[in-house]
Amino acid sequence: MLWNGDYFYLISNLILKDFRVRYRNMSLGMLWSLLNPLVMMGVLTFVFTAIFPNRSIKSPFAVFVLCGLVPYNFFSLAWSLATVSLVENTGFIKRVAMPRIVIPISTVLATCVNLGMQVGLLLVLVVVFGKGINVNWLWLPVVWGLEVVFVCGLGMICAALDVYIRDMRYVVESATLVLFWLVPIFYDFSSISPKYRDVYQYNPVAALVLASREILLDAQAPPWSLLSKLCVSSFVMLVLGYFVFRLLERRFYDYM
Amino acid sequence: MDVIEFAGVSKYFSRHTRKLLRGHLSDLFHRYHRERFYALKNISFRIGRGESVAVIGSNGAGKSTLLSLVAGLSKPDSGQVNVRGRVAALLELGSGFHGDLSGRENVHLNGSILGLSRKRVNELFDEIVDFAGLGEFIDQPLRTYSSGMIMRLAFAVAVNVDPDVLIVDEVLAVGDQSFQTKSFEKIVEFKRAGKTLLCVSHVTSAVQNLCDRGLWLDQGELIMDGASDEVIAAYAGGRPATR
Repeated sequence: MLWNGDYFYLISNLILKDFRVRYRNMSLGMLWSLLNPLVMMGVLTFVFTAIFPNRSIKSPFAVFVLCGLVPYNFFSLAWSLATVSLVENTGFIKRVAMPRIVIPISTVLATCVNLGMQVGLLLVLVVVFGKGINVNWLWLPVVWGLEVVFVCGLGMICAALDVYIRDMRYVVESATLVLFWLVPIFYDFSSISPKYRDVYQYNPVAALVLASREILLDAQAPPWSLLSKLCVSSFVMLVLGYFVFRLLERRFYDYM
Repeated sequence: MDVIEFAGVSKYFSRHTRKLLRGHLSDLFHRYHRERFYALKNISFRIGRGESVAVIGSNGAGKSTLLSLVAGLSKPDSGQVNVRGRVAALLELGSGFHGDLSGRENVHLNGSILGLSRKRVNELFDEIVDFAGLGEFIDQPLRTYSSGMIMRLAFAVAVNVDPDVLIVDEVLAVGDQSFQTKSFEKIVEFKRAGKTLLCVSHVTSAVQNLCDRGLWLDQGELIMDGASDEVIAAYAGGRPATR
């Protein structure tokens, strides 16, 4: 396709569009994105301190669980929104000549605003619960950035597949439910049997949760083994996503 | 120099919509029974700089498919499509616009989609709003606009981005008399600047005035290519009963 415009301007406009459309019609606006993790944090803290107390966790449970919820929320929201992004923007695919790959990417990036607010909430709570600020916080942008890279790649694949197979969105919906249990949100990495631990670290959401806890709760830099796995899986996913998208893009028009 | 070149272009669609998993699976097992419907069959033509061409034909003749190939929205299944320069397409009322955004926000969004930089959109902004004649409505959400207002805005953006090829599908009929006159003048000016125009319309009188050349499509085949008044006359006469 012949398009040599300003990618940065295009993506920023698409992000603004997503953002405005999502929040303009809500009276509480952005506060909704803070309410959801707070409610979940409250419920999970109640269940796992009053009903099934988990004594192996040393940190205050509320912050511990929020360290898991924030990455998971971002991942599941960005993944499911990116998956439907092409089909929801059928008008763009069928009627406007533009590079289509920016649609899932800008959808993921628009979700980052939401992520930013939740991370802000998390950091405030970490400090409120007396964990303090440490120099390893500088690792946070790195690990969160890798997460965004991973979701971009995954989002491109799923969005392209959703055009051909509309069942895709339900697959993703179920997968995010399963993921809630397979990511160490309300349990600790040490309670996972050693034979599964290596595999767990390849799941970038799980890796991110573990890294966030190392940084925020234990004031430690994330171990290199974890970082390298996160790095490899994120960039492999991005490259794979790009090529899958390019391949499937050819017949988008016909399937819309 | 040719701006648009079609060489033996064919495009088909599978007859059933295979949008569900079940459809894909059944296709795997019945690979050879897949029915194909040809939207365009072996189409060849060239359009040079400064030409204005009308695509004429009854519903389902393949006009929209042809425009989608020129706009680069879909790819041909065989043959070659070559288009040189920036293409601005007005294919459907308000496509690429969003109802919850204001007119101003939509101009920026649409400008960036058409490949302009932020600086260029800011430069063109007043001209676009002025041409669309929206006045203070520009800061209202698009869903409060009438279809004529949306059309005016879409047309204003498309012609002001200075495309080399302008594609217009049926849409100009929505504007009121004064806007139609205004857009007509803009298109004439556009032609004088040596730009290429490709349009589809059922209002044959408008097409006859704007376009010098006609392409008559029928059931995916190009059955006539010539001066627009001749093609329109032949089309009005009808093709010997084919359907």
